[in-house]
Amino acid sequence: MTAATAPPVTAPARPAAKRRPTRRNTELALVLAACGIVWALSVAIEAAVQRNITPASSLLPAFLAVVFVGAHLAVRFLAPYADPVILPCAALLNGIGVLFIRRLDLGGVEPGQRVAFDAFRGQAIRQVQWTLVAIVALAVLLYFLSDHRALSRYAYSAGLFGIAFIALPALLPSSLSEVNGAKIWILVPGLFSVQPGEFAKLALMVFFASYLVAKRDVLSLASKRVAGIDFPRGRDLGPVLVVWAASLLVLMFERDLGTSLMYFGIFVVMLYVATQRTSWLLIGVGLFFGGALLAWQVISRVQLRVDIWLHPFADANGRGFQIVQALFGLGTGGLFGTGPGAGSPNGVPYASTDFITATIGEETGLFGLTGVLILYLLLSARGMRAALDVRDSFGKLLAAGLAFSIALQVFVIVGGVSKLIPLTGLTTPFLSYGGSSLVANWLLVALLLRISDAGRRPAVPAAPPVQLRSAPTEVVRL
Amino acid sequence: MNAPIRRVAMAVFVLFTLLFVNLNYVQVVKGGDYRRNPLNKRVQLQAYERERGAIVVDGQAIAYSVATKGELKYERRYSAGELYAPVTGYKSLLYGETGIEQAEEPVLSGDDDRLFVRRISDMVTGRRPVGGSVILTLRQRVQAAAYKALGNNTGAVVALDPKTGAILAAVSRQSYDPNPLVKHDVNVERKAWERLSADPDKPMLNRALRDTYPPGSTFKVVVSAAALANGYTPDSKIPAGLSYTAPGTRTPIRNFAGTDCTGNPTTLLSALTVSCNTAYAQLGVRLGADRVAAQAHAFGFDQKAPSVPLDAVDSHFGNPMDAPSLAQSSIGQRDVRMTPLQGAMIAAGVANNGTVMKPYLVREITAPDLSTLDTTAPAEFSRAMSPEVAAPLRQMMVNVVEKGTGRAAQLSGVTVGGKTGTAQNGPGLRDTLWFIGFAIVGNTPVAAVAVVLDQAGGSSAQATRIAGTVLQQAVSVQGGGR
Repeated sequence: MTAATAPPVTAPARPAAKRRPTRRNTELALVLAACGIVWALSVAIEAAVQRNITPASSLLPAFLAVVFVGAHLAVRFLAPYADPVILPCAALLNGIGVLFIRRLDLGGVEPGQRVAFDAFRGQAIRQVQWTLVAIVALAVLLYFLSDHRALSRYAYSAGLFGIAFIALPALLPSSLSEVNGAKIWILVPGLFSVQPGEFAKLALMVFFASYLVAKRDVLSLASKRVAGIDFPRGRDLGPVLVVWAASLLVLMFERDLGTSLMYFGIFVVMLYVATQRTSWLLIGVGLFFGGALLAWQVISRVQLRVDIWLHPFADANGRGFQIVQALFGLGTGGLFGTGPGAGSPNGVPYASTDFITATIGEETGLFGLTGVLILYLLLSARGMRAALDVRDSFGKLLAAGLAFSIALQVFVIVGGVSKLIPLTGLTTPFLSYGGSSLVANWLLVALLLRISDAGRRPAVPAAPPVQLRSAPTEVVRL
Repeated sequence: MNAPIRRVAMAVFVLFTLLFVNLNYVQVVKGGDYRRNPLNKRVQLQAYERERGAIVVDGQAIAYSVATKGELKYERRYSAGELYAPVTGYKSLLYGETGIEQAEEPVLSGDDDRLFVRRISDMVTGRRPVGGSVILTLRQRVQAAAYKALGNNTGAVVALDPKTGAILAAVSRQSYDPNPLVKHDVNVERKAWERLSADPDKPMLNRALRDTYPPGSTFKVVVSAAALANGYTPDSKIPAGLSYTAPGTRTPIRNFAGTDCTGNPTTLLSALTVSCNTAYAQLGVRLGADRVAAQAHAFGFDQKAPSVPLDAVDSHFGNPMDAPSLAQSSIGQRDVRMTPLQGAMIAAGVANNGTVMKPYLVREITAPDLSTLDTTAPAEFSRAMSPEVAAPLRQMMVNVVEKGTGRAAQLSGVTVGGKTGTAQNGPGLRDTLWFIGFAIVGNTPVAAVAVVLDQAGGSSAQATRIAGTVLQQAVSVQGGGR
């Protein structure tokens, strides 16, 4: 990826040579490179769809460039030591998403009317507006949260908030909470619609991190040894079972397979990181497959999903329509794709939300889609790096959870679209059309930036603590 | 906590590796299957993305594409749709391709290897790619004359150039208009398709190439060829009579209108001239099934029918096991079936000194700029007879038109030869009428023709008159003595 391999611009040498480099200029260069890629993509799409290149094709990239440079400035002032790769990765993904949403907007318009369909119409400009909101939210979070450890003080509030947000759509009547068969929305007719789960995910990770750091000793030490593996005591299983049950409830009441898999996967991994005990992983995987098996036997919607996954072509124009269309899109793209704007991705249902990776795969091929996935991999890896760098347990656990959640979400949705696993309705972070998802994911990035800033910031040389053990030992004769 | 974080990072890497491997499978290994799957609407979008090449007769495009404003960029049009429908076929959204649209699909769509260089230069210059054109051997006036002459009959006409095998006319009635079948509106297509499918006249059946009929007396030309090749001459005396009952049966074979031909015994020449059933039934039995079958095979019966490049169906002599069946087969009844194309090939072989040329419909393939990419070279289909057999047989057939049952096909200044046929279709069904023949100007065979009127009843003179009209038109467009 160009963004990743652009020549790093080293910070200008300053008199205070001993200072650790902040890498902010590297970040700026990478952000500008990302903006350049987005601009080139926009021109390519315009050329292919409109058969004509006009200055209007630079409009959306210009808006995005302003917003992303603004984000860079916010990081420069509010989290100067943050990892320089995280922001450009997210910005590039965000920009690619906006451009492909624009491409789908154009594809949905009759060819004769495309010239008149300027950049101020359709979903793309809405997504740019949401990007602006998200970057403002990122700046606000960085501004008010100068130390991530402050979050652990609100852990139980966050937990409550998260559970309430998850449960709300299940409790509301369908008319206020259901879109396309998934009961995961809060709809205020005529005003706005929010997917609270996107925000609840962040709140719950904060809660998990705080809770697990507090309980890690009892969870990791007290054990019974069975078949060479240390298993936790029955009473310590409580919280795990609660989360497992909650995710099953989500599955049943909100009919949202992807989200419940997400929550449970994130929780198990954070539990494992906190306790370092493989047994938790085994228990988690066991519970997951047990729960999945149960769901498969009991819930007809789950049976249907699995059936479609195994035999999508059995009813290619009916139940298997979505996945079959996605596969056609990906297959048509082949190795190099049809070229941005030159495919026909509009035939895929929900092309701008759940199936946006099918659109990208069709028009940029395996090469382009692999590049996009590598951006996610990079983002997740930098998050893991931040977890390794930061010194406090809460920060480590939270950063690891956040980084893993991005990867898991991408795996579940891209795996679903490409028929690796049964398809579930999850958004693709940064790419999918939708304000809730975009804002929540940028908040996630803000947290990672804050934690990596803490990890890379040079330790303030504190006065050496007076320690008892450094005092000379005396043998006192009695 | 760093050790488990590293392991989780590894797990993330594994998850993404799974995604990469699976995407390679979906996009590369299975990509071609998905790309070409008929359910993939992109296949259609792409097929209508380029301007499809034209199908041309005598310099006029009989099938061409016009730009639309819809999602599918080009729509197909057929000028004189019913006249050429059996040849052009159609390219329909719902019902696929038939006819030349199917047989020459790669050329018309522009995917043919012969258009490769053109495609590369289109890519470099940014020129819109366009399919190649297919120039047919059909002659507009011959085709139109045959279509008009068939009138309301159910039947077919095939006219060939005996020296090359070029198909001058291929007409089938009743015909259909392919235009509604290619409208980019599935409801229009479906309605037209349902109406045509339900029509008892079977308008979408290509009777010229894809239906067989009992040849009746036209098959006597084949039996005559077998006789001449086995020592008979036109003047050889052969038994005839009012009726003939083959050994092992009690059902007699009689002559048309109950005549005794021209006496008993008669000659081979006069038996063909008056179309004597009793004489040919006995002649066939005397020659034996093997010799008659071998001669029929040499003309194309029981062989893979030539692809012109439309696939014609095969003609059959059948397998007469005993004398009664052989007697009936020898007068073109029982299991003998032939296509109008096969009938025209027999006449063409006789006219062309015994050599049957492979029939073909496509004269030329051209690039969009009309530069020739490929020309069909005439090829031999078979040497059905030696010239020593063909010459007297040709004379016998000329005699049929000058003095016998084929007088309605006479043309002034042109030597016309031929053979009529009236085939019975069983109780309650009307007769199938035939004429196969040729026109010779000077010493050059100019045209061969087969006319069939399916279950038309009445006299074979109807078919003979139509053949005369078609031959006259063919002589006038082909010119004599080329």
